[in-house]
Amino acid sequence: MSSSKIASKIPEGNLEQKWSKYRSTVPLVNPANKRSLEIIVVGSGLAGASAASTLAELGYKVKVFCFQDSARRAHSIAAQGGINAAKNYQNDGDSVYRLFYDTIKGGDYRAREANVYRLAEVSANIIDQSVASGVPFAREYGGLLSNRSFGGTQVQRTFYAAGQTGQQLLLGAYSGLQRQVGMGAVQMFARHEMLDVVNIDGVCRGIIARDLVSGKLERHFGHAVLLCTGGYGNVFFLSTNAMGSNVTAAWKAHKKGAMFANPCFTQIHPTCIPVSGDHQSKLTLMSESLRNDGRIWVPKRKEDAEAIRAGKLNPNQLKEEERDYYLERRYPAFGNLVPRDVASRAAKERCDAGFGVNKTGEAVYLDFAFNMKYKYGKIEATKKGISNPTEEQLKSLGHEVIKEKYGNLFDMYQQITGVNPYENPMMIYPAVHYTMGGLWVDYNLMTTVPGLYALGEANFSDHGANRLGASALMQGLADGYFVIPYTIGAYLNNEIRTKAISTDHEAFVAAEKAVQDKIDQFLSIKGNKSVDYFHKKLGKIMWDKCGMARNEAGLKEAIEEIKALRNEFWNNVRVPGAANELNPELEKAGRVADFLELGELMCLDALKRNESCGGHFREEYQTEEGEALRDDENFKYVAAWEMLELGNWELNKEDLIYDNIKIAQRSYK
Amino acid sequence: MGLTGLFLCTFLVVHMIGNLQLFKNDQGLAFNLYAVLMTTNPFIKTVSYLLYLSIIGHAIQGIYLVFKNKQSRPVQYAVYEGKASSTWASRNMGLLGTILLVFIAVHLSDFWFEYKFGHVPYATYATNLTDGEVRLIPTPPDYKQFNKLEETTMITPEGQFKVTIVKDLYLEVAEGFKSPWLVIVYLLSMCAVSFHLYHGFQSAFKSFGINHPKINGIVNFIGTWIFAIGIPAGFAAMPLYFFFK
Amino acid sequence: MSEQNINVTLKVWRQRNSQSKGGFETYPLNDVSTDMSFLEMFDVLNEKLIQEGKDPVAFDHDCREGICGMCSMFINGRPHGPKQAVTTCQLHMRSFKNGETIVVEPWRAKPFPVIKDLVVDRSAFDRIISAGGFISVNTGNAQDANAIPVAKDNADESFAAAACIGCGACVAACKNASAMLFVSAKVSQLALLPQGQPERKQRVMDMVAQMDNEGFGACTNTGACSAECPKEISLTNIARMNRDFLAAEITAK
Repeated sequence: MSSSKIASKIPEGNLEQKWSKYRSTVPLVNPANKRSLEIIVVGSGLAGASAASTLAELGYKVKVFCFQDSARRAHSIAAQGGINAAKNYQNDGDSVYRLFYDTIKGGDYRAREANVYRLAEVSANIIDQSVASGVPFAREYGGLLSNRSFGGTQVQRTFYAAGQTGQQLLLGAYSGLQRQVGMGAVQMFARHEMLDVVNIDGVCRGIIARDLVSGKLERHFGHAVLLCTGGYGNVFFLSTNAMGSNVTAAWKAHKKGAMFANPCFTQIHPTCIPVSGDHQSKLTLMSESLRNDGRIWVPKRKEDAEAIRAGKLNPNQLKEEERDYYLERRYPAFGNLVPRDVASRAAKERCDAGFGVNKTGEAVYLDFAFNMKYKYGKIEATKKGISNPTEEQLKSLGHEVIKEKYGNLFDMYQQITGVNPYENPMMIYPAVHYTMGGLWVDYNLMTTVPGLYALGEANFSDHGANRLGASALMQGLADGYFVIPYTIGAYLNNEIRTKAISTDHEAFVAAEKAVQDKIDQFLSIKGNKSVDYFHKKLGKIMWDKCGMARNEAGLKEAIEEIKALRNEFWNNVRVPGAANELNPELEKAGRVADFLELGELMCLDALKRNESCGGHFREEYQTEEGEALRDDENFKYVAAWEMLELGNWELNKEDLIYDNIKIAQRSYK
Repeated sequence: MGLTGLFLCTFLVVHMIGNLQLFKNDQGLAFNLYAVLMTTNPFIKTVSYLLYLSIIGHAIQGIYLVFKNKQSRPVQYAVYEGKASSTWASRNMGLLGTILLVFIAVHLSDFWFEYKFGHVPYATYATNLTDGEVRLIPTPPDYKQFNKLEETTMITPEGQFKVTIVKDLYLEVAEGFKSPWLVIVYLLSMCAVSFHLYHGFQSAFKSFGINHPKINGIVNFIGTWIFAIGIPAGFAAMPLYFFFK
Repeated sequence: MSEQNINVTLKVWRQRNSQSKGGFETYPLNDVSTDMSFLEMFDVLNEKLIQEGKDPVAFDHDCREGICGMCSMFINGRPHGPKQAVTTCQLHMRSFKNGETIVVEPWRAKPFPVIKDLVVDRSAFDRIISAGGFISVNTGNAQDANAIPVAKDNADESFAAAACIGCGACVAACKNASAMLFVSAKVSQLALLPQGQPERKQRVMDMVAQMDNEGFGACTNTGACSAECPKEISLTNIARMNRDFLAAEITAK
């Protein structure tokens, strides 16, 4: 039984009709009333920008906040691969149901059926809307849209714009947002960071934001507040997130009563450029598509790995039989194309066993030489009628094909590492990429605080324990363009009599004072360690003990270490500068302070989930072959955590009910 | 900017062709007759007013642009590696244009003003109608300089010679370019023309929206070989010719 | 990997806020790994300044993978430093020599006032987009995405223009501080698509008007913008915009 404190509000009826029926019956707000209803949107990524522009089009008064200098910078922009949609343009058997099924299965059966089905349903509209707003997706020579396939699916349903799909979709949503800004329907607050939500009588009524340029605190009233603030992967310090990505908005909401769901579900992406040294500030993703043609290996003998790490041996000198293509060995059916979580864990396993290849020992090879020569080289030779091509010929013929397919990625790799990947195998290592967990929301995307919503990566709703490639963009835009504009009516139609509340109300005054006090506290500690020092330390704890593999003892240690680190932070952090100016260190301090609390909850969640599923791998719960062992009997639920006080959380379970899908063990062997 | 610029370019072509008469071995007769044509023909006169307007317009607009663009960057960079991304000429059109404006003023006062309002002597040519040979003969002493007639032509009674009395701009030119300073000023100015047109000609096309791989080749070829090299080289040859003659 | 450590001297523009007068500060930095990115080198510098009790250098940055367009340093006289087609965050220290002096300034342009140190205000770009850099289609209005075919060449060219990251390097590089490349990239992206046609004329007039209002300089076709653009946006976009603008002005009612 689900906890009585949370009601998912999933509509009755058949799965196929839930959304269309609900959409047609959800209460409406008449246009005249919309003009007096104010909505605050925090974050300007895919979810935020699309929600803000759509709500403004409907007639609501909208304010948008983002900490970057422009709405266009939000980190959705960095998504490379593509966006899924059940268009079935390729006539390869795709359907709404299939997208729904793949997403539930990919999420290792830890997502809500109704939400995911709705996501699959509106996915097609997203493509229509984006194309209409000028997003230049890749096209075929006939002028129609092109698709490619992505991990975890057997159909071609991914729409893309080279390796910059996120950029193009975000700029499309951004231009729609700027249109509303130009028309005066949206008021834009760039370089503003939300530092608290304001609740009055248990209902969310606004936010406190800091103008990052002047340092002034501002109070903003809203009939509803939408948090579209992305994920919290930066709790690990090193991740593929942007430097500024943070949990602060979601965390402040959590501290004001919004439950946080499945915080331990983090996605580790297997193909990132490895860490090069202590100076490392972030990790760069290499598109998953590289695994189509790159073979992953480490040396078979430890001595060889050691020689490579010491720079005494060149990997090209190792013969085929001296290499361990461990994914092909362990998963002959899927080989190098196993899902992200499986590939990541396998790399970690080899490196932990001492076979890692760069100087830190934390990297494996992604090698294109074989396919360059014997796959593409041979095809090209046949095309050109070369009967007995030499090795050199094969290599140069294949080189051209590889360049055509992955040229920009290879250039990026060389730019970052200084190594030519055409001549030497690439080195890769898994890195934190996405967080499936987030604020708990009901079917309307409302958190447990009335009037406070969470959209996109900031909520937990659609990806279960593991997200499939090309689904993050889909979810962000689905929430913003096609879900919230309808579901918010269910709440706002009861708000039409609520007059705008003065920001002189005592709740606003108190919230602002609390924020001010915190800022003053940061500045007054005057310790001798920088914010980054603590962030790096936290990241190391999280990565070692709450990363790709977790165990009970490690998690318990981590919780204690985090508490100690938090204590040290509040006694010894040094935040230079003043409160009334642009002060990036002060901004970072606030964010890291929140990460230091979130980290504890993540470990707690991981500790309480005594099973392995998706991105959450508990070493105690694995098969003899080292595969994840899910426990549907006891853990087929969403863990929604309510903060009673810092360090004391109450677990509320939302049971997951699968009426339309038969649960099965994932197998990629 | 582009419109006036391209119009001035076409003028340069005409001016060049006309001035090539200087090299004709006829003691300057053809050149002097060309000078008369240029200053008296009503059509050319009309065009020349357009030309003056263009020069003034081009200069005013250019100065305005430089001024406005300077305003767009009130604080300059301490280090600016312009050469890494653009040609010197393209970054110095204002400077080059200013040199050219000064040059045009000097040039006009040297020749055009002298010719129109100064005391340019008359020359009298006798062209042998049978073999085409041209000889300078003394101008009749009673030929009045101020009778406003730029040119008088008559055939001698026996029909053997055509006698032409005309203002001798050729002599002005030949005399003028004996001065090394003037020659240097002209040569430097022609360098300015070269750089100015090297960028200006093809830039005008871009301003009109013409920038396509198929056309750029031709535009750049004409801009470089005709306007940046051919025309300035031709004009530069003139002072050198007289200096060394 | 030929990692090594180098010593560099940084001359960095420091300015407290938009009102105050700035100046250069010199910071020697030793043992800089050539594997560091330029911004990681600044992280190290800032860590050092914090330890010394000094104010760290403020600079804009976010994604650090060359796509958000937030980083904006003018390095040794060039936006985003000495390498072609690279943003500051993707520039690595192996592009510099041991003992080199590196001068770092903010973007300089009247419409990009300095906020602090190396941080400038680029909201002018947002206002230009607000003036017309969009297709007026409300959510829900769209027809099926494949209803209007788009020639692949046009789609590809449109994408190439849309790859602009709005960093402002074009303005910074241009001796006139002109924003033509930025504006023309958006104009071109939409002009090349059938969806962009209905508003094509109005869009170019409105965006150019806003660009002029912001105080950007005029284009003199030096080509520096495109040469320094980290995304290699082509100059042909400027010509296309000039063409559209002339046509729109002539036929405007």
